Amino acid sequence: MRVGIVCPYSWDMPGGVKQHIDDLAQALMAQGHDVSVIAPAADDDELPPYVTGAGRAVPVPYNGSVARMSFGFLSAARVRRWVRTGEFDVLHIHEPLIPSLGVLACWAAKGPIVATFHASFQRSRAIAVAEPLLRSALEKLSGRIAVSDAARKSLVEQFGGDTVLIPNGVTVSRYTEAEPLDGWGPDGATIGFLGRMDEERKGLPILLEAFSVLAAERPEVKLLIAGPGDAKDVYERVPKRFHDRVTVLGMVSEADKIRAYHSVDVFCAPNTRGESFGIVLAEAMASGATVLASDIPAFRKVLGEGQAGALFANGDPGSLAREAAALLDAPERRAKLAAEALVAVRKYDWSTVARDVVRVYETVTTSSAGRVEEDL
Amino acid sequence: MTSTMIVLIVGIVVVLMAVYVSWRAGRLDRLHIRLELARESLEAALMRRRAVVLELAGSRLLDPATSLVLAAAAHEARIAGPEEREHAESDLSRALRAAVDQERFREKLSESPGGGDLLEELEAAVAKVVYSRRFYNNAVAVTRTAQRRWLARTLRLAGHTEYPQFFEIDDNPPATMATE
Repeated sequence: MRVGIVCPYSWDMPGGVKQHIDDLAQALMAQGHDVSVIAPAADDDELPPYVTGAGRAVPVPYNGSVARMSFGFLSAARVRRWVRTGEFDVLHIHEPLIPSLGVLACWAAKGPIVATFHASFQRSRAIAVAEPLLRSALEKLSGRIAVSDAARKSLVEQFGGDTVLIPNGVTVSRYTEAEPLDGWGPDGATIGFLGRMDEERKGLPILLEAFSVLAAERPEVKLLIAGPGDAKDVYERVPKRFHDRVTVLGMVSEADKIRAYHSVDVFCAPNTRGESFGIVLAEAMASGATVLASDIPAFRKVLGEGQAGALFANGDPGSLAREAAALLDAPERRAKLAAEALVAVRKYDWSTVARDVVRVYETVTTSSAGRVEEDL
Repeated sequence: MTSTMIVLIVGIVVVLMAVYVSWRAGRLDRLHIRLELARESLEAALMRRRAVVLELAGSRLLDPATSLVLAAAAHEARIAGPEEREHAESDLSRALRAAVDQERFREKLSESPGGGDLLEELEAAVAKVVYSRRFYNNAVAVTRTAQRRWLARTLRLAGHTEYPQFFEIDDNPPATMATE
């Protein structure tokens, strides 16, 4: 199948949507599909062969944040030419509500068009003013995908209708091989955490309380924490005598994040709620870490009810400490859980996600739907 | 104001109205095409699911009781008249859940020759019913809104096309095939 994908955000800036599109494009190509991506990019940017630049992106404030997007006559003309010459069987637009290439592509094309909604958004004046315009763009979509319940909910509340839910994937192979961080290594006594430190629902305070109990019983146990937030908040919650056994890395690069997963014996995900799909959990599983997670429904599902990782009673530091101690004492059980996790995480691999997306493509490209054409 | 001016203004207003009406009509026409395509793909997905279930039932890979349940449900769905279709397709979803969610059903089936392929086909067919029905009902909702507009009703822009109906069935996939 020949697929045209529209990326709304600048290709040279790292970001969730851009990463999603790149992963999807590569998974589709690996399955033998022909993919062309159009994205905001300057003419002198280095781009992979499957990406077409649509002109330099400019930072624009929109709906509460600043994003690098492109629009205007030049971009519109380039999108139009890309649609005309692309001969796509299906057009896949990401974030069609963002005033960038997605909206331009909606105007320029007709035929089988699919859109993926990533961000959740609040009802806002900006959206309300633009609503009639956006509505006519949405009318052209034959299929709508949301990556999370939150994204689906905000779309449905504002514009009605429904979407199918296809969550983000994890490129498992990117995580399987990595060196532990310098001076670290699974040594039978390292517990890890990754996520926003200051966000209550990520559950770090529960882990810190459990760690204080564990540390008192076991002089060798260490804690490695990575993620945005203030290290001071962490140390305030741990007795002073254990401070030298808690390491806070703060924000880490993508490469260091993967190395961090490889540096721990037990990776702990103490989230108290939310998380329609634990991407962090899936990354840890793909890295071959042994996972200990709270027993919220989403995690129980990902971990196969405890088959692919240990569970503790949500919100209970005592239960966390007991389970962690049991895991640290049983290297064989850790290895078994980690091996099971590597199997279970395949379900969240990009190849599986891409397969579901292709099913959506196949649903909208019936023989009488024809190809994507320029809309004059 | 001279009479030429009045004629000119009236002329401009008439032209603008005509442009607006034809734009509206074009939009509605496009929605009807999209609805028709969505209906087609929903029909195709339902037909495919019935066919895969029938093939599975006749494959001799399952125990006779399960085969019978599946074959009966697929057959009922195939011969159902327009009034009973939603019921019959929902029953097929329920029969599928009862069959596939049996303990070790997937493992057993994927071990037998040709079973793995059938299982994969079934999974795709089930997912596509969910997808195409969502897309179809979306198309119904927008088309309804557009047809109900004052302009569309007064000028009968929808022509003789009938008021579209939602397709409401229970299409929940078996637990082990759930994609959401």
